[in-house]
Parts: sequence; C-alpha cells; structure tokens
Amino acid sequence: MAIEVRIPTILRNLTDDAKVVEGSGATLEELFTDLDGRYPGIGERLVEDGKLRRFINVYLNDEDVRFVGGLKAELSDGDSVTVLPAVAGGSR
Amino acid sequence: MRYDSLLDSLGGTPLVGLPSLSPSPRVRLWAKLEDRNPTGSIKDRTAFFMIEQAEKDGLLSPGCTILEPTSGNTGISLAMVAKLRGYRMVCVMPENTSAERRQLLAMWGAEVHYSEAAGGSNEAVRVAKEMAKENPDWVMLYQYGNPANARAHYETTGPEILADLPGITHFVAGLGTTGTLMGAGRYLREQRPDVRIVAAEPRYGELVYGLRNLDEGFVPELYDESVLTTRFSVPAEAALRRTRELLDREGIFAGISTGGALHAAMGVAAKAEKAGERADIAFVIADAGWKYLSTGAYEGTLEEAEDRLDGQLWA
Repeated sequence: MAIEVRIPTILRNLTDDAKVVEGSGATLEELFTDLDGRYPGIGERLVEDGKLRRFINVYLNDEDVRFVGGLKAELSDGDSVTVLPAVAGGSR
Repeated sequence: MRYDSLLDSLGGTPLVGLPSLSPSPRVRLWAKLEDRNPTGSIKDRTAFFMIEQAEKDGLLSPGCTILEPTSGNTGISLAMVAKLRGYRMVCVMPENTSAERRQLLAMWGAEVHYSEAAGGSNEAVRVAKEMAKENPDWVMLYQYGNPANARAHYETTGPEILADLPGITHFVAGLGTTGTLMGAGRYLREQRPDVRIVAAEPRYGELVYGLRNLDEGFVPELYDESVLTTRFSVPAEAALRRTRELLDREGIFAGISTGGALHAAMGVAAKAEKAGERADIAFVIADAGWKYLSTGAYEGTLEEAEDRLDGQLWA
C-alpha cells in the first residue's frame, strides 16, 4: 500500500534530501514506523510519547490529522501525507 | 425582486448545485454565491451588521471615522455602507494586495493606509490597533473580534442555506476572521446536530495568504475550535487549481480563496463517496474573480499563474 509522504526541509537530512518519499501502513502510526525503518531517526522527530509532536503539523490529503484521529488516522492506498513544521507554537 | 435600497438587497444569495464537480448523485456539492451581494462579496453581511450594531450601541454618529484592518473585501463593504450612512472610512491593508482592491476602496471613498507586505494580514491588524490608540475618537469595528460579524452569519447566511438545503450534511468555508464558520456553523449545528463544519485555511509558509492562518500565531477573538469538525490546510497551488476547475467545469468565476474552500469541499466529498455515505455539501463562494484579474491567476498554465501569484495576497 503506497502512501506518498512530503517531507519538510528540516527533515530532509534524514531522507537523503528527498522531498517526497513513499511509505506504507494502515494508520499514520504504522506509516511513521515504516518510514523510521528506512530513514532511521525520522520517527522520533515526528512522534513523542506515543503522540504527534506538538511542533509538527501533519495533513492527510490536506486535512489536519488532529481532527481525524491523530496517529490512529486510517490510511489507504494513494493517500498523500504532508509533514510541516508548525511555527509560533503550532497547535493551540 | 424589488428592494427599497441597495442595502435592503443584502443577502438572499442563490445556492447552486455543481453537477459536474459532484462525485455522484448521492454526494452533491452546492455553492453559495456570495458574490451576488451589493459590493460583490460575503463581507457585505459583516459590514452591515457591524455598523448597525455600532449605531444601536451609540458608538457611531454621522461624521464619525471608522477604522478597519482589511485585505480588501471588508474594507470595500464598510466603505460602501459608510458612504451611505455618512461616515468617514479608513482602511489598513497590506501593500501587496491587488490593484483592483485599492481602486475599489478609493471609488467608495475610503482612505487607505498600507502595512508591510511581509507581515500579511497580521501586520495590518497590528498597525490598525496602533492607529486606533493614536485616534481615540475613531471607531474600530474590528471584524476579528466583533460578535456582530459572526451574528450576521448566524442570522442570515446559516438560515438561508438551511432553507435551501434542509438535508445539509457539511458546511465548508474559508477560515479568515472565522465569522462565517462560527456564525453559520453554530446555527446549522443547532438545527442539524450531525452537520459537519469544515474550515479551509491557507497553508502556512505559502507566500500567498490573506485568509488568516491560525498557526501564524494570531487567533481571532471570534474563533471557537469546538464549532469545527475538521480543518483543511490548502496549498496555494490547490486553491488556484480548484478556482480554475470551478470556471472550466461549472462556469463559475470565483476569487482564489474560494478555490481553497472548494478544495476542502472536494476533500470531504471524496471521503463521503468512499464511505458510501449520502452527502449534501454547501460551501461558500466568498467573491467573484474580477478583483484578481490583474494577478494573472486566470491566464496561461497553472504553473505560470502560480509564479505570478507568488507574494500576492489573494483573499
């Protein structure tokens, strides 16, 4: 199951400068675990104590994942995930 | 239809189906044509309600000066109402808004003060607040925190949509002052507890913004996240692409922030279709495209238009 993942500039040192990578997983959590297997270290930059890091925004097909289950958000083939750093405190 | 004056014709805008962009007969998109208001945008409702309330509260009397930070539409609406009611109008807007807006504001007699482009709408708000301090007799209606802004949509936009679309399942609008989503959203939720209220905001980091992005650190006083079911973050490229699709597929010539709302509406439509659910999704066409012609948004390829729009405000 291929999911397209857009990586922000600040994390591209972990993806060999790739802007877009592919991953797989039935949930966002599984996707991040899969990515961490191939790009070691990326997982801890995204997740902390089993939750999305506060200063990271993640969008599933442009929808803020915090409104659709966070790390438990369900993914399907062809979905697009965008990771962006949040500025000025990020989440409210 | 006959009205006693232009202001009396406010609202009552059409809700039109989008048969070509709707995924199926069970999942339908509906556009609320807010460009059919007196000055051509949804902000006429906001301006009229805020001025009426200020008059009732005794804050405004003929000859008063109204001050407002605005990237365009609210200023144009306020300038029109101010002109008819005998007030002087001063706007603060970012210097990178389109030429048409400046001309329109001047046409309706508003004075324009510019704030730095780099600070976007947030900077315009800051400058306006400073000017208000220096001129204590001026009245800042302040659309971001004025309950009459949300009330305009609670009393008019929301009821109009429900009357036209009793089976509404989703309401989608751009997140700027948050007035539309808070006002119409609350009304619709009261009447249809299961309705989903969906916000479309421009993605942070995009140079084109105008619809306020909450992640920039400014949260309008009107904003109450509990009203929203979900939020979409719309890249400038997607907003532009959807604006073009609306024109190509449905013949609707809308402004660019409307492309952002359509993108979110198409997102929830795709989810409903996939889940096999029935959906009637209403979204807001905030204004028409006239004011953005000079930005080049409607000419050439999408890539060319994107380059031309870089650094300009589109909402």
